Amino acid sequence: MSLRLQARELACERDDRVLFKGLDVTLDAGEILCVEGPNGSGKTTLLKILSGQLGDYTGELHYRGEPLRRCRERFLANLLYLGHSAGVKAGLTALENLAWYQALAGDAFDEAACERALEEIGLAGFEDVPVGKLSAGQARRVALARLALGYRELWILDEPFTAIDKHGVAGLERRLLAHAERGGSVVITTHHALGDMAGIRRLALGEQGHHGEAA
Amino acid sequence: MSTSDAPAPPPAGLWGAFTATLKRDVTLALRRRGDVLNPLVFYALVITLFPIGISPDPERLALIAPGLLWVAALLAALLSLDTLFRGDFEDGTLEQLLLAPQPLTALVMAKVSVHWLLTGLPLSLMAPLLGAMLALPPGSYMVLALSLALGSASLSLIGAIGAALTVGLARGGALLSLLILPLYIPVLIFGTGAVQAAAMGGAGAYLAILGALLALALMLAPLAIAVSLRISING
Amino acid sequence: MWAFIHKFGSPKWFYAISARLEPWCWALAALALGVGTLWGLAVAPADYQQGESFRIIYVHVPAALLAQSIFVAMALSGLVFMVWKIKVADMAATVMAPFGAMMTFAALFSGAVWGIPTWGTWWEWDARLTSMLILLFLYLGVIALRGAFARRDSGARAASLLALVGVINIPIIKYSVEWWYTLHQSATFTLTSRPAMPASMWLPLLIMLVGFYSFFTALTLARTRSEIVKREGDKRWVRALVDKEL
Repeated sequence: MSLRLQARELACERDDRVLFKGLDVTLDAGEILCVEGPNGSGKTTLLKILSGQLGDYTGELHYRGEPLRRCRERFLANLLYLGHSAGVKAGLTALENLAWYQALAGDAFDEAACERALEEIGLAGFEDVPVGKLSAGQARRVALARLALGYRELWILDEPFTAIDKHGVAGLERRLLAHAERGGSVVITTHHALGDMAGIRRLALGEQGHHGEAA
Repeated sequence: MSTSDAPAPPPAGLWGAFTATLKRDVTLALRRRGDVLNPLVFYALVITLFPIGISPDPERLALIAPGLLWVAALLAALLSLDTLFRGDFEDGTLEQLLLAPQPLTALVMAKVSVHWLLTGLPLSLMAPLLGAMLALPPGSYMVLALSLALGSASLSLIGAIGAALTVGLARGGALLSLLILPLYIPVLIFGTGAVQAAAMGGAGAYLAILGALLALALMLAPLAIAVSLRISING
Repeated sequence: MWAFIHKFGSPKWFYAISARLEPWCWALAALALGVGTLWGLAVAPADYQQGESFRIIYVHVPAALLAQSIFVAMALSGLVFMVWKIKVADMAATVMAPFGAMMTFAALFSGAVWGIPTWGTWWEWDARLTSMLILLFLYLGVIALRGAFARRDSGARAASLLALVGVINIPIIKYSVEWWYTLHQSATFTLTSRPAMPASMWLPLLIMLVGFYSFFTALTLARTRSEIVKREGDKRWVRALVDKEL
């Protein structure tokens, strides 16, 4: 069985500035990979490359042993990406936002499933409130409710803890571990200390090309 | 769970994703009704300015009415283009749209369709009323509405390329006009041509050319919009 | 084929090859422009209808043709850049745009100057002049879009795409403007569509065309080379080159 996500000799240069080069990334089922590094070290760029959003890199990128460029559709159908911006529309209610994501996933609208997901993430009772009227943390939780909505084997999460309170962070950490236990894979960046989570691998991006992998 | 040698699933619910995006954008627009009405009010207002600026003489107005009605409608449609992708860009849903497993060209068509449904179509329905105010001969009302409906669909498609190219730029609005107005010229020529010809009873050829332009735009623009969005999202 | 494209696309290789081509282009441009100008202005006979003023044709027509060709060349370079990610193609497209805009302006300006003796007015909504004016706006759009992006790579891609969209539209615009013009024109005659010209008139025109195109080629090579040095300034081979020349 080939690795779920594998990058070899990955290099990214943007406007003549080398963000990283010679980077090897592997991710298998049941693994959580935490990408660390100072601001501007290319964490977000790496996540965008790994999620197939950014084409200007050199090196090889494989999903389940196949070049990513060739199995893009299958890859995207199995990917859940959360970026810096929450990706929820302020003018729509939490439920309507999730309905759109369900449709993009190719599923029929399942109101019960959406409500369950919102409840799990701590938004019970806010289903029909426009997201614009919720707090920043609550709006972020609407986006996080996607993690509880349907199963996607690969999660790529860019700073998912932003604006989330302590209680929510603990819940999210549990969710990540549960996802890994089920055989899912996670790539995550965070300024948050994911200290006491067992079985996390860390990938340190540093100054120009200095990086290493530690268990 | 799928295995590595499982066959690729069919494009996950393309039609469902298309209609969901369409419905989402219509819902959003109808919740901000002012934004939908703005181009229509703008259209009426601009048309009001011309008799005041030129002359109230019906004969002179009738002569320039086709051009005025078309140019003003074109500018009114331009007005709402800048917001076509901007809201999605700012709240991150554009990024998610680009990550959908469905072909992006189809999903952007949903967004462009909404723009036409809420801008081009109402403008063309309203045009005969303004045409009457400019002393346009009643025989050309139908052609006026039809030419605007056909033409504004091309305008939405071409304009969306410009909107996609400038969505990542802080002051994209002014640049947007510079990029797309030159590309609007053929549609304008055949649109006004149709209305002018209608007075003499021979607008069919013009409408056919407008239809051909629309077919061409339908073929090429979605691809250009999709590529532009991918460029802008990483700008 | 693939290897060849990438080899030619490497800035280092392009720099070396273009260094050899450039002087020849300059020489050809100087020769053709010199001969063409002398022949066109002094030797060619005056037009029986327009008199001496027709000689503007020797600037107007080459400028107008070149302006359109440059847009196509720019769009093709953009396509090469987008498909094969060849940076030199984008550098060439970058330097072509302002020159193309200048040529468009030159064509418009010479047309206006020509219009005074022929039409009695410097601006006439003639089909060709109108198309040129629209072309100028297209150039300005490409240049402005490139400059508007904070990241050069994104600006390059956006400008390439817009140039491609423009190049698809140029024939449509041209034909529709011609349609529009024939529909509305009152009896004026176009500047350049003339019945058979004697060889003594069109030969210098041909030479001027060669001159304009070689001048454009030489200038593009030179400016692309300086763009290479600017963008690749921190590469080892560029440093070695600079050290050698100092």
